[in-house]
Amino acid sequence: MMKYWLDSLWGTVISGLILTLFLHNIVSYALGG
Amino acid sequence: MDWVPAISRWIHLLAGVMWIGLLYYFNFVNVAAAKAAAADGTAAGISKHVMPRALFWFRWAAVVTWLAGAALLGRHFLEAFFFLNKAYYPIGVGAWFGTLMLINVWWLIWPNQKKILGIVSASDEEKNKARRVAFLASRTNTMFSIPMLYFMAAGAHSALYFG
Repeated sequence: MMKYWLDSLWGTVISGLILTLFLHNIVSYALGG
Repeated sequence: MDWVPAISRWIHLLAGVMWIGLLYYFNFVNVAAAKAAAADGTAAGISKHVMPRALFWFRWAAVVTWLAGAALLGRHFLEAFFFLNKAYYPIGVGAWFGTLMLINVWWLIWPNQKKILGIVSASDEEKNKARRVAFLASRTNTMFSIPMLYFMAAGAHSALYFG
């Protein structure tokens, strides 16, 4: 039974990709991009 | 050749491949393999012969990766970690993820794996809790590794990623 998104390998990978996209935008904004 | 950054970058990559490679082995291979092995009664070999060796290289590769990364940052270490210089923003994000992952390895994964593998004594209830904590910490590190590697790459090639 899945309790968290981290119980699923796909949930783990997708959350890592979303986190990357989110942080990319923040850093890009901070760098004036 | 500037020996310190050149050798530290090389060691950082070598140890980093070993650390993250073993992390991916645990998450992409071993979790499912251990479950299947437990179902057919063959999990003892993994626990006895594979995990202690894999965890030895895993936890020490994490330390070497971090130390080599710190040496590579050199006098720019504080600029990166505290975001004092825009040029170090990308590598600063990567360095923070790497640091959180190292903390996860030594404070959550390894102490709980010692209980699971019987290296330290623990009741069945403690072992079950340790399994859950070690699993979630390992999955968290797998999730963190994705932005960590992105920002490590971006740190060395900022114009390509943020140009």
